[in-house]
Amino acid sequence: MENLTGNLAELKAKIETELNVLKNSKELYEFKNVYLEGKKSKISELMKEMRNLAPEERAGYGKSVNELKEWALGRFAEMEEKMKALELQHRYEKEKIDLSIPAEPQKIGNLHPVTLVRNQLIDIFAGMGFEIYEGSEIETDYYNFTALNTPQDHPARDMQDTFYLSPEFLLRTQTSAGQIHVMEKKQPPIKILSPGKVFRSDDDATHSPMFSQMEGLVVDKGITLGDLKGMLDVFVKKIYGEDTTTRLRPSYFPFTEPSVEVDCSCFECGGKGCSLCKGTGWIEILGAGVVNKQVLENCGIDSEEYSGFAFGIGIERTAMLKYGINNIKLLFNSDIRVLEQITEK
Amino acid sequence: MILPLSWLQDYVDISDVTVDELEKKMFDAGFEVEEKYELGKDISNIVVGYVESCELIPETHLHVCQVDAGVHGKMQVCCGADNVKAGGKFPLALVGASVYATAKDHKTVEGVMTIKKGKLRGYESCGMLCSGVELGLTEDLYPGSEYNGLLVLPDDAEVGSDVKKLTGLDEWIFDIALTANRPDCQSILGMAREVAAMLSKELKMPATDYTETGVTKDGFKVTVQAPDLCPRYSAHYVHDVKIEESPAWMKRRLALVGMGSISNVVDITNYVLKEIGQPMHAFDCSYLEGNEIVVRRANNGEKIVTLDEQEYSMTDANLVICDGVKPVALAGVMGGLNSEIRDTTTAVLFESAKFARDNVRKTARSLGKSSDASSRYEKGVDEYSTVLGMKRALHLIEELGAGKVSSTHVDVNTGNSIEPTPMTVSIKKVNGVLGIEVPTEDICKVMKDLHFNPTVDGDALTIQVPAYREDMLPNADSKVERYPDVAEEVIRMYGYDHIVPTFMPTAQLTMGGLNLQQKGELALKKTLCMTGAHECMHYSFFSPSDLDLLRYPEDAMERNAIKILNPINQDLSLMRTTLVASMLNAVSRNEKNGILSGRLFEVAKIFVPKALPLTEYPEEKNRLCVATFGNEESFYTMKSIAETIASSMDITFAYEETKKSFLHPYQAVSVTCEGVELGFFGKVAYDIQDELDMRTPAYVMELDLDALSAWYGKKRTFKPLAKFAEEKRDLAFLMNKEITFKQVEDCIRKANKYIKEVKLFDVYEGDRIPEGKKSMAYTVTFMPKEEPFEGDSVQKFVDKICRTLKNDLDVELRG
Repeated sequence: MENLTGNLAELKAKIETELNVLKNSKELYEFKNVYLEGKKSKISELMKEMRNLAPEERAGYGKSVNELKEWALGRFAEMEEKMKALELQHRYEKEKIDLSIPAEPQKIGNLHPVTLVRNQLIDIFAGMGFEIYEGSEIETDYYNFTALNTPQDHPARDMQDTFYLSPEFLLRTQTSAGQIHVMEKKQPPIKILSPGKVFRSDDDATHSPMFSQMEGLVVDKGITLGDLKGMLDVFVKKIYGEDTTTRLRPSYFPFTEPSVEVDCSCFECGGKGCSLCKGTGWIEILGAGVVNKQVLENCGIDSEEYSGFAFGIGIERTAMLKYGINNIKLLFNSDIRVLEQITEK
Repeated sequence: MILPLSWLQDYVDISDVTVDELEKKMFDAGFEVEEKYELGKDISNIVVGYVESCELIPETHLHVCQVDAGVHGKMQVCCGADNVKAGGKFPLALVGASVYATAKDHKTVEGVMTIKKGKLRGYESCGMLCSGVELGLTEDLYPGSEYNGLLVLPDDAEVGSDVKKLTGLDEWIFDIALTANRPDCQSILGMAREVAAMLSKELKMPATDYTETGVTKDGFKVTVQAPDLCPRYSAHYVHDVKIEESPAWMKRRLALVGMGSISNVVDITNYVLKEIGQPMHAFDCSYLEGNEIVVRRANNGEKIVTLDEQEYSMTDANLVICDGVKPVALAGVMGGLNSEIRDTTTAVLFESAKFARDNVRKTARSLGKSSDASSRYEKGVDEYSTVLGMKRALHLIEELGAGKVSSTHVDVNTGNSIEPTPMTVSIKKVNGVLGIEVPTEDICKVMKDLHFNPTVDGDALTIQVPAYREDMLPNADSKVERYPDVAEEVIRMYGYDHIVPTFMPTAQLTMGGLNLQQKGELALKKTLCMTGAHECMHYSFFSPSDLDLLRYPEDAMERNAIKILNPINQDLSLMRTTLVASMLNAVSRNEKNGILSGRLFEVAKIFVPKALPLTEYPEEKNRLCVATFGNEESFYTMKSIAETIASSMDITFAYEETKKSFLHPYQAVSVTCEGVELGFFGKVAYDIQDELDMRTPAYVMELDLDALSAWYGKKRTFKPLAKFAEEKRDLAFLMNKEITFKQVEDCIRKANKYIKEVKLFDVYEGDRIPEGKKSMAYTVTFMPKEEPFEGDSVQKFVDKICRTLKNDLDVELRG
């Protein structure tokens, strides 16, 4: 009996020693097999010794073996936990990498600044009930000028140097040409937005022979200059910020009467005066006016029953103001160094 | 338009408004001052100096002077000018003053300098006595200014007073932008009318009185054979003419508006042009033959030598003024050399006419000849000023003593009145345009200030439209009421800040937004951005050389491009028939900037004429062009972009080998969808890459978006997930090099009806396989249909596929 008790103590000491020298979980599980698990494990063998004991000694002995087993399993679980943590730590350490090595972004292209502005304008006006109509770039003299109250010898023809393709056909000088096509086909209510390329024979530092306009047209009963102002107020707040205000001043377009030039308070300085607004506090953004009655009549719309307003925005100019691009030519150059800078905000 | 304020002051009192206030008033009324400046803006601190004593510094040309500058004190100044003398009054630049620095010739201005205290030959000099040039003056602006020495000031000039004021350098000049509808404002008087209205002040009219001598030019007649091009022609004979210099005041005014002085008679015509806005011409009567003036279209090939000694050959599109024998002026553009005013001229025929603006413009453009008169006519001259201008010129003849006004006056016209035209409009409708109620008394005040002489009867406002307001006059061809014109006049004077913003309270609700086509195009653009391509935008026109660049054969459709009749230059002279050329040029520009890889795309129109020259609208076709360039790009990366487009639209593209004059002969395919031709892509031919100095390979694609748009917004329906698991097998085959992926795929699909996908994952050619062979490795996916595959059925499929491949293409399964 004493001998057996001695064996128990010996085994306990051995387990403690062994456990402390185990290097990894593989050895740990081998240890478990050898000492704790199965019929041939050391602890089982000690248990088998019980049959050699006197019956009265068996209960005490069995209890001692079980206690030892309990204790050993506890120690094993402790070690298992420690070992796992350690091994996880090793695994991570092996995967230490140089975090400073640069990574390339997934290449995503950008829409052209003109498309970006165009989309913004469309979003704003679509919400106000405007449909989008894209006219043709090649137009007739009639649609580009005559129907817009600009007959052959009209002084306003000098305002725009026109590219002619034949005596009758030309490259449209204004998206207003599209107005006529729409009004000829449709009776009011009309709310259209007509974006597109226009062409003028001008090519210098600040002019490009091709640029983009967005024409807006509203024709309905009782439309007034006040409605134009009201709509423009909403528009400038949406595109340039809530604090932006508008100012109308007299101008001239053959197809509107009265005609106005529209300025908005400078969104850079808030109207105090800066280099962007050349110290005036105002930035010219578009031309507009009440649709000339003659234009409505030219399209078969009763100008006593209906009235309307129209406005035309230069898209490149808007893009240049919005993104701080200083040269219009940069927009047509396809220079990737420029294009990759302008993204949707 | 250049407007010197002192000249304006003659006709409207602006003495109580500041320059800034005046600018603001003009701006609000529709006249933007593009530039405003004081004539003497660069110089300052110049006062009248009285030279009390003046002594020569020995052995120099310098004098040391004691100068009295009145309130500025007395000072010693050294001076090298030859006309300095004691008792004289000269401009004295005080220490700290700014004057123009001149070159050694004392004439050429080289900048602005600041006067400092200095020492010359040991004599202290506190300031500088100045020449006219150093003050920025010219002979015409102030007599004596161009003398190479000191500017002599009048004896009565107050010592110490401001020389800028004395010499008129305190003059303010406005450069005003005028809108095309207001040619009546293209003159000092025209602007004075507007300024008087803005300030609610009286307009003082220029003096137009004169006394006719009773002398006549007997038998003189004027015939206008082309009244459509010349609705009014008036002529007046002036005798006992003495050609002299103009008085200083007239020279100065002409100088202020940028005109040189020639002689009294010629200066009068220019003065009237600027002041009244009426171009005038003066003929020397002694060179006019036949005692008559005939206004007619030129004969084809008829010649005239103009005042500037240039000869022009005319056509019947040009209007000429002739005497009884020959052309003597190119109407509205320039007089003839044969009848120009000379020192010897003793009798003059003044012409004041209205010529059709469009005809003057066409003549000026076609002959490449323009003048102050022609640019004035091109803007539009009214008959009111034709009459007023003549009167003003005759008055000036008398005022200057340049000649005597005869009683021979001829006015040939088509009956247009120069009296005001009455017009009645509804006040309610005027307000209806504006959306506000402008008080009737305010409407009347504006109308009165603008000389429309309003009267009101209930809602009816009757105004008298002056003949010079042609923009307001009813159009004979139109019946539309003109109340918006009145509304415009009212609001620009009453103030746009009175407009109250409203939001279309009377309008019907409309639905807005992009249509399917527009949405589809935007979605496509966004898909392309996701492939890393930047959108770009090129001109709608291109160069004939671009067609050669793309090696198009003579009969290629793309060569049938619409020509611009008046292009900026040849490189921008054709409407595009393809987007490829502009795109390749863009790639080339990027490479020249050192950008050696990238992706670009453009969505734009090409123009296909039905007939040339155009007789009907050409077709405008929407195209997409994509370019990729760089060493990492290949035919397959471009194909991947095509597949991305197809996948984004849930459609399938088919590709067939094709040939294009500008693409690699073996790396170019056509693209179709459900049998519809969409376009092509491929590698750019090497000779073109070389011609464009491209350093890396480039690939280009062009697709017809009108054709592709058939699938925009394609309806997608949910497909239930497969009931049974699919099976995949990786199979590597050995085959002849020439066999294509497509051949193998077709064969595999032929051999089995459960094929869902045949995917290539490796191609190998090299040492480990026989010469002339290649290995292609595929993942084949089988999809069960009605029931799951049984145990060895997939293996049976594979065996069948292998047999078919062996049989059809001599393809062997590897290992």
